[in-house]
Parts: sequence; C-alpha cells; structure tokens
Amino acid sequence: MMEFQATKMLHTTQGHQLLDINFQLQKGSILALYGPSGAGKTTILRILAGLTDVTTGYVRIGEEVWLDTARHIDLPTRHRSIGFVFQDFALFPHLTVRQQLEFALPKKADQMIITELLTMMELEELQHRKPALLSGGQQQRVALARAIARRPQLLLLDEPLSALDDEMRYKLQDFILKAHRSYGLTTILVSHYLPEIFRLSDDVIILEKGSIQRQGAAASIFLEEKISSKFKATGEIIDITPADIVCIISILSGNSIVKVVATATEAASLHIGQKVMVASKAFNPIILPIK
Amino acid sequence: MIDWVPLWLSLRLALVTMTILLLLGIPLAWWLAYSRPRWKVMVETIISLPMVLPPSVLGFYLLLAFSPANGLGKLLDHWLDIRLVFTFHGLVVASVIYSLPFMINPLLAGFRSLPPDLHEASRTLGKSDWTTLFRVLLPNMPASLITGAVLSFAHTIGEFGVVMMIGGSIPGETRVASVAIYDEVQSTHYPQANRYALVLLALSFTILLLVHLVNHRYNKSKSTP
Repeated sequence: MMEFQATKMLHTTQGHQLLDINFQLQKGSILALYGPSGAGKTTILRILAGLTDVTTGYVRIGEEVWLDTARHIDLPTRHRSIGFVFQDFALFPHLTVRQQLEFALPKKADQMIITELLTMMELEELQHRKPALLSGGQQQRVALARAIARRPQLLLLDEPLSALDDEMRYKLQDFILKAHRSYGLTTILVSHYLPEIFRLSDDVIILEKGSIQRQGAAASIFLEEKISSKFKATGEIIDITPADIVCIISILSGNSIVKVVATATEAASLHIGQKVMVASKAFNPIILPIK
Repeated sequence: MIDWVPLWLSLRLALVTMTILLLLGIPLAWWLAYSRPRWKVMVETIISLPMVLPPSVLGFYLLLAFSPANGLGKLLDHWLDIRLVFTFHGLVVASVIYSLPFMINPLLAGFRSLPPDLHEASRTLGKSDWTTLFRVLLPNMPASLITGAVLSFAHTIGEFGVVMMIGGSIPGETRVASVAIYDEVQSTHYPQANRYALVLLALSFTILLLVHLVNHRYNKSKSTP
C-alpha cells in the first residue's frame, strides 16, 4: 500500500493555486493521473521522486516513509526506490543503449536483468547505439528499460507516449504492461490520452486546479452511464457525413477507423473531435460521449 | 642564442595554474550552476572581477596581501614558512585568481546548456551528486572543459601586469617570457625580444588552432551521429 499527501503552492501560467492532494494506492496497481495542464499531475510525480519540495507532505511506500514534513523526514531522491520516465526521456547522450542500463544498475546487482530487459523491449540489435541514432519509440523503450533496471518499487511515467504516433503508442502500451507485470511494479502514469488510460490503468484520478475531482476505475468515471456491452473501444470522431436519412460517423480508435451509422438526431449531439466510446451490444454499435 | 628559461617558466606556470583551476573550477562552477542561495550572485561577481579590473590593480592588492609585513602574508610566513611575494608560488596563486573567470565562465555555460533533467534522471537512478557530475554531466560538455582549460592556460601565458607587480623579474624564479620581452625591449635588445615574442605567437596560434579543430570535430560528430 502506498500513501500520498501533499500541499504546495503551484505557480502556473494561470496564476497561483494550491495543490492539495491525498490518495492511496494498492501495491501492484497502475494509477493514471488525468487533467488539464497546470493541474499538478507532473508535480505529484516529482514530489514522489523527491525532485520538488512541498509545504506539507507525507509519502509512505509499504513500511518505508519517504517524506514526512511533520517529522522532518525527506529521503533524498537517490535513496528512493523509483524509476522515472521523463517526458522527453532524458537519455544520456554519451552512453549507448546497453551502457544506459548498466549505469542504472546498482553495484553488485545481477547483470542478467540487462539482457532480459533488452530482449523484452526488443532492443538487442540497438544495444550499441547512442540515443541520437534512435527513433522516438526506441528512445522511449530505452528510457523505460533504464527506469526498470534497478528494480524500483514505484515506476513513475510522465506522459511517456505523448510524442509518439498512434501505432507506436499502442505497441509501447504493451511494453509498459509487460514490464509492469513481469517486475511486480506499482506504476503511476500521467496521461492526456483517454484510450491509453482505459487500456493501462486500474484506477484514475482526475485532477483540476490542484485538487482531486474524481477517483475510480476509468470506465466508471469517464462514462455518463454504465452499459453492459459485448465490446468497448474509445476513440475520437474524425468525420460526420450525412447519407440519405442517416449519418455515417467515422471514429478513430487506436490506429483503425470505425464507421458507425447514426440517426440525424443522434448525430446532432455529436461533433468532430469529440471523444467517444463505441460499444456494441448483441446487434448495433452505439456511440457514447465521454465526459 | 635564446635563453629558454623564461619560456619554460611561463609554460610551467600556465600548466600548474591550469591544473589547479580545473580541480577548483569544476566543483565551483557546478555549485554555481545548481545551487540556489541568493548570495551566489555575489560570488559570481567576485569571480568575474579580474576580467574587468586592470591587472596592476589586482597585482597591487595581492602584493599588499602577500607582503610578509601584512596580515595574510605575515600569517603564511610565520606559521607555514611560505613567502608569496617575488616567488614562483606567489605567481601561481596570483594566476589562479587572475585566470579564474576564464575557467569558470565556459564551465558554467557548459553546465547551464545541459538539459536539467539529465541531472535529475541520474538522481532518480540512485546516483550521488559526485557520480552524476563525473559520469553524466562532464562527459556531455567536453567542449566547455577544453575551452576552460585552454583559455586559462593561454591567459596565464599572456599575463604581465600581475606578474610584474608581485613577481618582479627574478631570473629562473619569476622572470616569465612576457616579462623577459619587456626587459629585452628596455635594454634595446630587439632581436632577443623578437625571438621570445615569436615563440609566444607560435605557441598561442597552435593552441587556438588545436582548440578550434577539436571543437569543430566535436560539433561535427554531434550533428552527424
């Protein structure tokens, strides 16, 4: 079990606001932090990593207290068992892929995990290359492997997939899930991208202006109504074309486009760019807006 | 015939000064780049002072400070039996102070040009500040290291005012090449002065050429990995 409590004044482009957050997280689960920019998502990750100071705060992982301002405890970053994947990956330009992982490995640790991670992330062929010679997706895999190499208790991902195209995103979500399960990690992920949250997270926290608006499983907090369906997929409306008495709605889900027929009345409540869920019961697919 | 002693002395002074400045400058520039105290702007100002101060002003105050008749010089003389006025040691101390900004400024610019999350990434991987400095930060700023080392070396070779004030012109001890040129001109030995001047010119040109070649190669390897 992980416990997090923090207050801190945030200085954002929208002005000053108080970050006041309190949540708990089960060991082994994946939590997604969702919300507009400036809501404090990255700050939470940075507080967990000990990279940002707080006014008051308490962080406990299992039996270990990392931060307790009341008792003047503030464990330095290097003593916290974390893996941090930065938004722009922060790979070391002078080291090859393998050397990045070797650097991350604590002294006397088993070197086997390096080969294991290189295989898992499909990086064996690239292991002697430096970051400048890698694509965005490859760099992301190196950053993920490097963060996991020291077998952290907590994996922190700061919008790790934001710079990638849809196909690459989907593949990398697989890598994250695989690594999370193989190494028994507890993961916190900052994301703006709903399909990613639906696919990866056990739990979601929606942040707004420095405080928690809602918390729960993705399906229960993003959808207006609960449905019992055979199939569900989230996506974005990219086209609405009237055809006789019906409309054809094109929805981009992952890297495929789904075309769904809707009545003119249904189509009137939808617009291009809207995030929706497509659910199929026994017969027709239905489109539900996401809050 | 050319007397090589002043040239050798200049070279020795520049090498010793450069080495001390590297050892002193790296931790100091690193502290300036990553620490947050407000008074650090004061430290930066003091370090940069020799860049704008006339060398004779700096030399004059160092002469007063190092004089065995005054505070610091008296203490050093009495307790450690070290005399800094008119000695090679004194020249080294003065050169370190005089050339400090030429080492610190390139290093500081180097640290500040590195992405901040490089430093943070190393900390999240469990590494100490020391490991981060030597294994992550410095290897990614070779051009700044070379520039700092070469500038402080060349600046020490070329210094004159400070050396004259606190070293005078004692052959084999403080009579470095720049002072030797001045002495020879004073004695109207122009051919002799010209020989020293030519050697210094050739040395300075070669050093700068090497730096530009190294930087050029480094930048090229960075742009075409």
